[in-house]
Parts: sequence; C-alpha cells; structure tokens
Amino acid sequence: MAEATGVPGGGTGSLAQQRQIGPVRAFMNATEIDARMLGMIVALAVVWIGFHIMSGGVFLTPRNLWNLSVQTSTVAIMATGMVLVIVSRNIDLSVGSLLGFLAMVMGAMQTEILPPLVGYDFALTWIITLAVGIALGALIGALHGFVIAYLGVPAFIVTLGGLLVWRGAAWWVASGKTLAPLDSTFGMMGGGGHATIGATASWVIGVITCIGILVGILNGRRQRQRFNFPLRPIWAETFLALVGCGAVLGAIAVINAYPMPVGLARQYAAAHNIPWPDGGLFVSLGIATPVLIAIAAAVVMTFIANRTRFGRYVFAIGGNPEAAELGGINTRWIIMKVFILMGVLCAISGAVASARLNAATNALGTLDELYVIAAAVIGGASFAGGIGTVPGAMLGALVMQSLQSGMQLMGIESPLQNIVSGVVLVIAVGIDTAYRKRAA
Amino acid sequence: MSENRTPLVEMRNIYVSFGGVHAVENATIDLYAGEVVGLVGGNGAGKSTLMKVLSGAYRADSGQILIDGKRVTINNPRDAKVLGIETIYQTLALADNVDAPANMFLGRELMTKWGTLDDVAMEAASRKVMGRLNPVFKGFKTPVKALSGGQRQSVAIARAIHFNARILIMDEPTAALGPAETAQVRDLVKQLKKEGIGIFLISHEIHDVFDLADRITVMKTARMVGTVNKDDVTTDEVLAMIIGGTLPQGIAITNAYTEARV
Repeated sequence: MAEATGVPGGGTGSLAQQRQIGPVRAFMNATEIDARMLGMIVALAVVWIGFHIMSGGVFLTPRNLWNLSVQTSTVAIMATGMVLVIVSRNIDLSVGSLLGFLAMVMGAMQTEILPPLVGYDFALTWIITLAVGIALGALIGALHGFVIAYLGVPAFIVTLGGLLVWRGAAWWVASGKTLAPLDSTFGMMGGGGHATIGATASWVIGVITCIGILVGILNGRRQRQRFNFPLRPIWAETFLALVGCGAVLGAIAVINAYPMPVGLARQYAAAHNIPWPDGGLFVSLGIATPVLIAIAAAVVMTFIANRTRFGRYVFAIGGNPEAAELGGINTRWIIMKVFILMGVLCAISGAVASARLNAATNALGTLDELYVIAAAVIGGASFAGGIGTVPGAMLGALVMQSLQSGMQLMGIESPLQNIVSGVVLVIAVGIDTAYRKRAA
Repeated sequence: MSENRTPLVEMRNIYVSFGGVHAVENATIDLYAGEVVGLVGGNGAGKSTLMKVLSGAYRADSGQILIDGKRVTINNPRDAKVLGIETIYQTLALADNVDAPANMFLGRELMTKWGTLDDVAMEAASRKVMGRLNPVFKGFKTPVKALSGGQRQSVAIARAIHFNARILIMDEPTAALGPAETAQVRDLVKQLKKEGIGIFLISHEIHDVFDLADRITVMKTARMVGTVNKDDVTTDEVLAMIIGGTLPQGIAITNAYTEARV
C-alpha cells in the first residue's frame, strides 16, 4: 500500500510511473475502481453463472432475476443501515424482530385502528400507516441508541434483548393473529403484479439514472479543476460512464423482458380495451416497487455515508472513537442517530415485507437479522469498525439471496441451503480479511 | 517574561483525580504569547493530564483557567478549540480509516453551499498546509493507517496549525519522527513562536526542551516542582528537579501566580 500512496490522484501519476506498475494496476488507478467491489461483482457473476449451468439454464432468465430483485429488497433496505451500525463498532441483532413488530403495528393500523375512523381503502391510509411505522421505528431505534450510547450497555446485549422483546411484542399486537388484508395502496409497496411501474417508466428511470451518472462524473471533474487537481484521463471517464450506463440500461432491459403472467395480462387487456391476441399478450411488469424503494434507500444512505458530516463522523468514530471525541464530535449523539436511522429502515422494510404478503404476521422478519448482518459483512463491513460501504452491503444482500434462491431452484433441501449459506459467509469474510491484511 | 503583561493562559490550582487516584494536585502554570513553556517530568507526573484539562479532554475537579486574564470554562474539546487552543496529542488522535484531509478537518469540516462535505476544498487546504509543513507528503487520498509514523505526525501537526491556533499544546511531538523530520518540527516551533503563538511543549527529550523552551515547568508525582527560566539553569539542575523534586539553589521561580501568593 505504501508504494501506491502517491498514485491515486496524488499528483504524481506520471506516465513513467504508470508504465512501471503494469497495465492492470494502471487501469485500476486511472479509473479509481475499488478492487474489493470489483471482486464482489466477479463473485456474484460466478455464483449466477454457476447456478445457471447447474440449474439447467433457468437462473439467468428475466423471470428469475425479476423475482430475485424483489426477494432481495427487504434485506437490502435494512443492510444499508446495518453498514453504518457496524462501521460505528456496534451491532443490531434486533432488526428482524423490530421488522416483525413494526409490520404488525402497521397491519393493525390498516385493519383495526384506521377503518372504524375513516373506512376501508381511504386514500391516505397507507401514508398515515407508514408515517406511524416510521415514527415508531425511529422511537425504538432511539431507545436502543440511548441505552447503548448514553448508558454504556453494549450494543450486542441491548439488541439481543430487543430481539426477544420486539418478537414478543409483535405477537402481542394482535395476540398472534394474522392481520389481513392490507390497504390496497399500502399493498403497492410489496411489488405484486399490480405494484410495478411498467416498461416505459422503468426506461425513464434508467435514462434519468444514466444522466445522473454523467452529471456526477462531469461535476467531479469540475470540482477537481477548481483546485487544479490532476484529472482522471478522458478514456477512463468514458469507460466508467459507458460501463455505468450500460449496466443500468442492461438491468432495465432484463427486468422489462419479464412479462406479466397470463392471468394478470388478461386483466390488463380487459382494463385497457385491448383484444386478446392468440399468441398471448406481452406486457412488461417493469421494476417492482420494493426494488425501487431499496434502490432509493441505497442512494439516500450512500449520500448520508459519504457526503454528510454525520456520515463522516460515523466512520471517524469507527476508526478511532477517542480521536472523534477529541475532535469535538458528540459521539454519543451520533451513535444514537445511527440506531434511529436503523429503526426507520426496519419500518420501511417491514412495510415492504407485509405488503408483499398482503398480510402482517408476527413471524415476519424471523432470522432476518442474520441475513442483514451477513449482507453487510459480505459487502466489506468490518466488525473492527470504520470500514464498510452501502453499495457493498446491497451487493452482499444480492449474493446471499442469489445463493438461497439458486439452491431453491435446484431443489436443494433447506437444511443443506443453510449449511451452504453459512459456509459461504465464513469463506467470504475469510477471503476479505486475508485481502485486507495483504493490502495493509 | 515581563511581569506586567497579562499571560495568554493561566491555570491555577488545578486538581484532577481518577477514582481516588490524584493525577494532578494543585498545579499552577502560565504561558505568554510568543513563548514556549517546556513541561517535563517522569512518567505519570501528570503533564499530559494537566494539558488535557486545557484541551478539554478531561475536566478538572477544581481550579481555574484564565485566557487573556479572563476566566473560562472548558468542558469539552470543542470549547477549547473555540478559544484557539489546539493540541497535538501523544497518540496523535487520528481516525486511521479516513484520509489526511478528513482527519485535518475532523469536527470542523468544510461544507459546500448545499450542506454537503466539500472534500475537494478540504484536500486543497490540506495540500496548502502540508506544502509548508512537509513538502514531500503525498498520501492525501489514502487512509492515514497506510502512512508512515512521520507522515501521520505531520497530519496531526497540520491539523493543529491550520486553524490559526493562539495556544498550541504539543505532547511529545517528535516521538515518531526521524532526525530530519524532528529538525522540521523544531523549525516549525520557532516559526510559530515568532508568529506570537504560545506553546506548551511536553517532552521526554530534555535537549529538545532546552533548545526550544523559554521557561521550563517541572512536575513530579502529580505536583508542581516549579517553573524556571531556561537560561538560569543547567540540564543537570533540571534533571535534579525531575528526579529529586528539588529546586536548584538561588534560582527564582518565575511563576506569576505562585509569586503573587507567596
């Protein structure tokens, strides 16, 4: 690492030096691609292609990838917050139970509390419910955070307690009953057949994302020009723009290639006065709302982690709590805010999970804490603190879900699935640890 | 130093204890603008603890702190920084996982007009300070964990001098440095002194202290032994103060507050 200090943007990236370090390294330096992130993408590609071959060509199909994207959402949403929890040297074991409890409260709002007041399918039911869920999630997160940061009880213990408490509380909300059906607008968050945005809107989102990528790259250049810093070579910028936009548009093309199932398509045809063609009607579902919510969560959380004071402080606290304190940072308040954020994300995830089932059950989110933590850790978050990325955690969630759904596709029985998932988790973190030791 | 000037810093009768252990007992020390006061003593003498009271890391159980003759309360590092007190800690107090600019501006980040971190501006400012301090420094984008001991020390020093400190506390500032870098720090201390900054210098290296300090304050087992003018004493006499806790014969104690009390 020491030899590389001068290279990335250090102002000495001369041609002679680049020739010395070889073409691969020069390429990585010029594009400033994170090697670990690249490794994860390669790992994901290996998993996908492996399953595709082993499952006889059903894994890499639009249908399976569409389902995979929806299945990943709830864990991915929470993983974006778990990254910050782990970066700040804490842990949250309560997220699965908290998801269950909040989903039950939101279920009760829609099925028992609001209907007597405003009737069923009142236009604002979903937003009131969501607001209550998020507020309660923030409050519970604040409680966890307060006990951890101000009373000094270890996060492991506080959230282990939370795991038991909120699972119990989830049962208590309706004495173990399942609360259904949910408000139909609220149900849109679950991404069933009607809760997708269609092909056109998906393309629009894709194009907007591409414009965002380009603006980001241009803005980065302008910022660096402002202080006469060395710029990335034009070819590297072009390469990044092309790969970024290509990946986004490619993903949307795949998603849009998954048509509505016949039943839904018939309803759609009837609703839009389209005569039913003999060969069946091809209507794209487009991106599902849970996926959009997860992506939005990732964008917001990435912004918070990288571009705000709060995010910077979370990382500084994780790197050296004493230094953060001496730097004048109110470390306790920052830790408390991390847990508040985690509670909010649990509420959003709970809304998505219950909307997907169109029911709230007290078992919702059971064992999710393990998948969420695994996703963050596979995504590069380190329990030593100070290290982790939100996009990494999203990828980690996708890897975990890919393994599960791939094994399901292949008809592997669930005990073996658990064994494989567990082994992969340990191996992934083992490789990462070894890599990090070498890098440092 | 002239008696009729108001000291930049006065700490009077400071007591600090940790769970019944007295770390600092009745310590009184002062510092004038443009002066370097060397703070010396054996391990556990209470030097760092006393300075941490001034930098806001610890709170005194009792005692007063005066800046420009006015009483101030310093409850946390932020208070100290508002008063223009900057500290280079012995441990450097760097967040190892973030880069040099992020460490330099930790707690005082530059923001864009959108309220987001202005990393480019912070890097530019860091390059400027580093250009003066350690011109060969290059690792602006790497986590400081990957830097050498000397480079890390440069980051800690750069952080302290960037914010126009009036009072600088340097706790073993040359501990991790090689000879060339140590010389650089000495030059820096002399330069900062010329700019009118008051410096408390904690050091085990008695020669450093003799080279740089105007006055030397000696502590032993949590108590003040005394403050002497550097030019009035020899290194042996100072060593006797450190080890034996005895004042040399016929030497004036130049501590304004103590004198006022006597």
